[in-house]
Amino acid sequence: MTDKLLTVNALGKAYRDYGTEWKRFASWVGVQVQPKVEHWALKDVSFNVAHGEAIGIVGQNGAGKSTLLKLITGTLRATSGSLAVNGRIAAILELGMGFNPDLSGRENVYHVAGLMGFSRKAIDGVIDDIEEFAEIGSYFNEPTRTYSTGMQMRVAFSTATAFRPDALIVDEALSVGDAYFQHKCFKRIREFRELGTSLLIVSHDSGAVQSLCDRALLLDGGRMVKDGDPAEIMDLYNALIAERENRTVMISKHESGRVQTVSGTREASVEQIALLNEAGDPIEFVDVGQPVVLHIKVAVREDIPRLVLGYMIKDRLGQPVFGTNTHHTGQALENVKAGQCVQFRIAFPMNLGPGSYSVSTALASSETHLVNNYEWRDLALVFSVSNMSRTRFVGTAWVPPVIETAQL
Amino acid sequence: MREMLLAIWRYRHFIVSSIKNDLRSRFVRSKLGAAWMILQPLAQVAIYALVLSRVLAAKLPGINNRYAYVIYLMAGMTAWSLFSELLSRSVNMFVDNGSLMKKIMFPRVCLPVIVAGSALVNNVLLLAAAIGVFLLVGHMPTAAYLWLPALFVVNVIFSLGLGLLLGVINVFVRDVAQVMTVVLQLWFWLTPVVYMPTIIPEPLKMALELNPMYHIVLSFQTVMLYGQAPHVRGLIAVGVFGLLMLGVSLLMFRRAAPEMVDVL
Repeated sequence: MTDKLLTVNALGKAYRDYGTEWKRFASWVGVQVQPKVEHWALKDVSFNVAHGEAIGIVGQNGAGKSTLLKLITGTLRATSGSLAVNGRIAAILELGMGFNPDLSGRENVYHVAGLMGFSRKAIDGVIDDIEEFAEIGSYFNEPTRTYSTGMQMRVAFSTATAFRPDALIVDEALSVGDAYFQHKCFKRIREFRELGTSLLIVSHDSGAVQSLCDRALLLDGGRMVKDGDPAEIMDLYNALIAERENRTVMISKHESGRVQTVSGTREASVEQIALLNEAGDPIEFVDVGQPVVLHIKVAVREDIPRLVLGYMIKDRLGQPVFGTNTHHTGQALENVKAGQCVQFRIAFPMNLGPGSYSVSTALASSETHLVNNYEWRDLALVFSVSNMSRTRFVGTAWVPPVIETAQL
Repeated sequence: MREMLLAIWRYRHFIVSSIKNDLRSRFVRSKLGAAWMILQPLAQVAIYALVLSRVLAAKLPGINNRYAYVIYLMAGMTAWSLFSELLSRSVNMFVDNGSLMKKIMFPRVCLPVIVAGSALVNNVLLLAAAIGVFLLVGHMPTAAYLWLPALFVVNVIFSLGLGLLLGVINVFVRDVAQVMTVVLQLWFWLTPVVYMPTIIPEPLKMALELNPMYHIVLSFQTVMLYGQAPHVRGLIAVGVFGLLMLGVSLLMFRRAAPEMVDVL
């Protein structure tokens, strides 16, 4: 097993509450004490990571991802099972941890690198690289309390990756900072990868997982659901979310932390909304160009003379990407009776660029929701588009090109 | 034990830079900077001297110096401030560094070493200042001053032994830190730093013997004021007791370490 970078065997982590701390103290001196409450944040997880492999760790909030990473980095100690690390692990989890606001960027680099176990001499050799990579100019010699969050994160990332580790743990936290530096970070991560560094990536972003990882692990409720191919794992994750949603229809899920607005007179309301794939299964992650159906079920509570459904796809910044309604398509429904249930199936190819999108819906009597607004629902649905099968491109729209070249 | 020492050696750079930062960050944004490190305890001595010299100065026999009481006070304070700084800081050291311990993997044993290191630097400076004041008032150091390093060592062993023990418990029962601030004040007045042991009534003298800090403070006073060798017996007793406590607390620290992060 020496060729493995990481060997995890039946790993478990329990948080224990002894009721009274005396029992905890007693447990240290060898007394057998039954904890009052034992909460297993992680149980029976086994997997291996070979040198140079990139693994994605996927799961909903509370699935045990952070616990697993903390166990791997060693800040938490396992309650059961074993974990063997064969190499140096660096984590880009908490950038800026250990920074002293009164010290300059340069001094903080020395200090934090020392915290990572490097000698002053070793840092002397890379301090110029760190300064160059961070690109914060003369601020490097100013106290870090004068830094913006982005600048601090630049210095922290540069320091954390100054020495190529055998494994790099990357959390979604990396999305902090400006686009330029983020790009630079990922470039460095890719370079490390080519030089043989293993990656452990925690993300909700299927795009990152699928483009960077060889394998993915799906965690749910502290247990490992599956260890397999990234695409397969993402599908399973989708299914897991869909299942959860069906169980708790009324609870709207917004991991994005955005506020959902529902307004209107509620004569009619959206009861169910889902994005379906070709097979008719609900999905959250969509490939660019994939044919999908937006399935909306509307419950009508009172007699309505005219019902128009409008929907709008917005990007993650809330900018409208596409929207229309059944008035414009000439499909407004007349004289809808109370108690009726109306189903809309809106089929379209997902010709959007990679990113996170939301769908807002509107139920009204005309093309504008200002007249009779039955229901206006923001963030009725959130989905992500990632580029799995098309040529690489940027932007929010997929405009399939046909390029002819001729060398004259 | 071996691995602990090894870890300390490997992280020596971090330890040194932490101690430096600790001193710097305390004073970096004040005008007088490092001078405060010495001015603060000196001011405290000045206050006590001002308030109490009339009352207590007469009770110091055998010293022909107007400032005998000031010297007595400074000798005791040198011992006490090392103890109280070490104790109060090590009680809180794991809680204060909780977020760091949760997020970054480093040998936890570095923390008490850092606390001890920075307290030592502070107090050696304080000692230097005290000796400087002694010279000013015409109180010359003697060969007995060579005992001081040994006294510092015993003081650190005892203080750190107790501090680490309480520091570990404080992670789980936070009341410890609160109680300790009160206990520390009471302890200060139960130890002859400001007053002389001679004013204590005979029946209570026995109890005084049981106070480890009495022996440490007394040794500092014997050396720095009277220029004599300290009473080795009491000192050894405290040293052995301190070592024992340090051993127990290190053992407990090892047992508790895996669970500490869980509750921080």
